[in-house]
Amino acid sequence: MSASNIFDSGKSGGARRGMTRKTRRLWLVVASVLCLGVATALVLNAFSSNIVFFMAPSQIRAHDPGPDRTVRLGGMVVAGSLHRETEGTTPVNIFEVTDGQAAVTVRFAGILPDLFREGQSVVALGTMRKDGTFRASEVLAKHDETYMPKEVAEALRKSGKWDPRFGKPPSAASWDTMTRDEARAAIDAKTPRNGS
Amino acid sequence: MSALPQSAVSPPQRGGLLHRFANPGRFLRLARWLTPLLGWISAVALVAGIIWGLFFSPADWQQGDTVRIMYIHVPMAILASAGYFALAICGVLTLVWKHPLADLAAVEIGPVGATATALCLATGSLWGKPMWGAWWVWDARLTSMLVLFFLYLGHIALIRAFDDPQRGYRAAAILAIAGSVDLPIIKFSVNWWNTLHQPDSITLTGAPTMSMSMLAPLMVCMIGFSCGFGALVSARLTAAILESRARQMMTRRIAEREEAA
Repeated sequence: MSASNIFDSGKSGGARRGMTRKTRRLWLVVASVLCLGVATALVLNAFSSNIVFFMAPSQIRAHDPGPDRTVRLGGMVVAGSLHRETEGTTPVNIFEVTDGQAAVTVRFAGILPDLFREGQSVVALGTMRKDGTFRASEVLAKHDETYMPKEVAEALRKSGKWDPRFGKPPSAASWDTMTRDEARAAIDAKTPRNGS
Repeated sequence: MSALPQSAVSPPQRGGLLHRFANPGRFLRLARWLTPLLGWISAVALVAGIIWGLFFSPADWQQGDTVRIMYIHVPMAILASAGYFALAICGVLTLVWKHPLADLAAVEIGPVGATATALCLATGSLWGKPMWGAWWVWDARLTSMLVLFFLYLGHIALIRAFDDPQRGYRAAAILAIAGSVDLPIIKFSVNWWNTLHQPDSITLTGAPTMSMSMLAPLMVCMIGFSCGFGALVSARLTAAILESRARQMMTRRIAEREEAA
């Protein structure tokens, strides 16, 4: 087939031979993709402990990485656990991170990200110390996949369906079609008025 | 004209749908109305969607106005993957059916898809700094997206790297098909491994974990950017076909002149 001629209809040789050749090429492509897919899946599976971005508190408790290895610890900030202490002259943020099965106390002498709050997920980079606390050198906030206007969040909170300090909001179907006006009405209904 | 091989001037043989669309002349007729149609839908949807998203949709309860980066970031991320999927399909058509339109489409989709990927990475970085506290992290979602960007760059370079364009089409087709293993990794990275990037809000199985007041402008932006992507590829493909036709006419002219001399 002529190399420069891109307007060729693509059929070369007899129709029947062309078909078998095409079918053979198709199977070759399918087989290659399958092999490559399986190979990739095996590699990713083998390295999955290195691909994860952070370890959960229960994983850290089960396999303590020791004070010499820098790891990332990820989980939810336990409600009511955040407080500040001073070590010498340095203020230190202290909070607990949990995955629901275990909790680890994190000490961090730095500025917390804006999204940091109790009930938020965070990822802390640092080392596990012998006393069982985690010394963080960096704390990142990990927000979840829910997006809602603040009126809707407030309405859910006022109705008692959700306390953001304890994690994720209720099922999306219960709030994702709520308009801001409906949310405001719900907030007003729950707010006691002066003089009534 | 008599010096030409018969296949260059004869209309393509009648065949299945695949072969009818293999004819670049048919695509030119299609593109004459498809390009402006997609372009206008894109322009209208983008003006409406961006204004809606940036000025009239609510701010997020915890992310505030920063969430509006989503109206560009999410369409770019989806189009980056969709563009590479299109390259992989073109690759199969090139390798199996020697589809001439697919060869040219692969050349033209590459730069548009790479731009979408670059914009996805850039807007993601701008979003990550104020929300997470980092411009970049090496988590599975971000890294697999960066790999996709390099796959695009490799494809763009490879398809233009040979003197014989057919060899370039074939080599790039293999890269496109092999590289498509990255697509499920991007998609499911947030489910398979723990990542800093949050999981998808819009899934096939459950209700979207996003207020309709944000989802609606996002969908309008999605339509706008998708049609824009289509219009760009269609316009580029038209230009490429016309250019190669012009080049072919020149070669013919020269060949005829040499024969006459």
